[in-house]
Amino acid sequence: MVTLSSDSRPIIGRGPPLGAGLFFLGIVSVVVMVLDHRGGYLDTARLWMSAAASPIYAVVQTPYQAWNWLTGSFADRSRLRTENEQLTEQLRVARTKLLRFDALTEENRRLREIREASAGVSERTLIAEIINVSVQPFRHMVVINKGADDGVFRGQPVLDAFGVVGQVMQVGKSTATVILITDAEHAVPVRVNRNGIRSIAMGTGEDAKLSLPYLTVESDVRRGDLLVSSGLDEIFPAGYPVGTVTKVERNATDTFALVEARPLARLDRDREVLLLWADKPKVPAPEAAIEAEKPAATPAVKQ
Amino acid sequence: MSVSDGRISRLRVTVTVIIALILAVLPLPRWMDIARPYLLLLLVIYWSLSAPRIAGLMFAWLCGMAIDLLKGTTLGQHALAFLLVSFLTHKFQLRIRIFPLSQQTMTVLFLVFLYEGLVWYTDGVLGHPVTTLARWIPVLTSALLWPVVVGILDTWNRRSR
Repeated sequence: MVTLSSDSRPIIGRGPPLGAGLFFLGIVSVVVMVLDHRGGYLDTARLWMSAAASPIYAVVQTPYQAWNWLTGSFADRSRLRTENEQLTEQLRVARTKLLRFDALTEENRRLREIREASAGVSERTLIAEIINVSVQPFRHMVVINKGADDGVFRGQPVLDAFGVVGQVMQVGKSTATVILITDAEHAVPVRVNRNGIRSIAMGTGEDAKLSLPYLTVESDVRRGDLLVSSGLDEIFPAGYPVGTVTKVERNATDTFALVEARPLARLDRDREVLLLWADKPKVPAPEAAIEAEKPAATPAVKQ
Repeated sequence: MSVSDGRISRLRVTVTVIIALILAVLPLPRWMDIARPYLLLLLVIYWSLSAPRIAGLMFAWLCGMAIDLLKGTTLGQHALAFLLVSFLTHKFQLRIRIFPLSQQTMTVLFLVFLYEGLVWYTDGVLGHPVTTLARWIPVLTSALLWPVVVGILDTWNRRSR
């Protein structure tokens, strides 16, 4: 029982009365909550306070890093060789694809110039590692090891090798919290790659399920259709794969079809993700149109 | 205000709080993650009972802010809930302290239930309600952990008097 070690001196006369403390700190809490919730007035405060939290993340991380280091150092040679072969093979395939991609990018740029639409294609990426800490059990969020010091900003798109992962929700000095597209409060504007029908893919709070509630029963969506980001939110750049349609249920009496999709990004298996700095597609202004008239003189800068 | 409260030093309180913060973000398998007890809240109750001069309302509030920060919730949400629990503990400190362990556990169950209720309510106000029943599991596991926490910390406090 607590009594055994309790200090038994009288508690009267030890600072301000309890009620006053409760009142004061209660008001402060509510004010802080409102400020943080409405428009993020406390982003800077969070930035610096999270710097104080990073040692705790580091302590939690250490055993995992040590384990990774150990398994890495004692990996046997044959395994490394097979892994190397696999990677070489993958690289070859990727190179071939990239060749075609280069040609397509060039063609795309030319076509855009013809249409005098100057959409930025230059993008910068940075690899971030997912820190192995658990956040809230009923939300889909992860913490990554890049923060404001690396130029990470709120609302930044996060991808992996297979598709859209989510976006940055909170930024700290050297860490950031990413909300995944499967979180119940997240939504990505998408279009069906086959025919361009636009919709919104909402997270469901389940691990491998997105729901598309705003597709009418008549809309042409099939099982297996690829969904790509439409770029209408000005957060996710257009054209990145989001998911594949897994289920379409049409009920003639309803207005909307029941459409579900599976995210393409490996949300539950990723160790590393890609942060993306994309140039926002500018609205074609008169100056931009003039510049676009002389493309031959200025070769396009890639990356 | 003296640096030590009877036999209990500030250092000791700080060390337990840091351990609890680490355990709060330690990655666990999904089923364990859902049932993860609120160790820091139990510590706040424990220290409020046994070292009220060190663990005042401000201490509880700061612990709540730390949880908000680590868990990525809206700042102030857990701080408010910690504050409420700490207030009630201080208010009825003299009574709760002499309760037998079983009755103390029931009181803690009630306090943690209040805490979860307040967090649940503020979740709803802030627009991201989590209404699944599973969110109430930590209330039970926390109450079950209380005798263990008391056992360990009392032993530690008694040994190094």
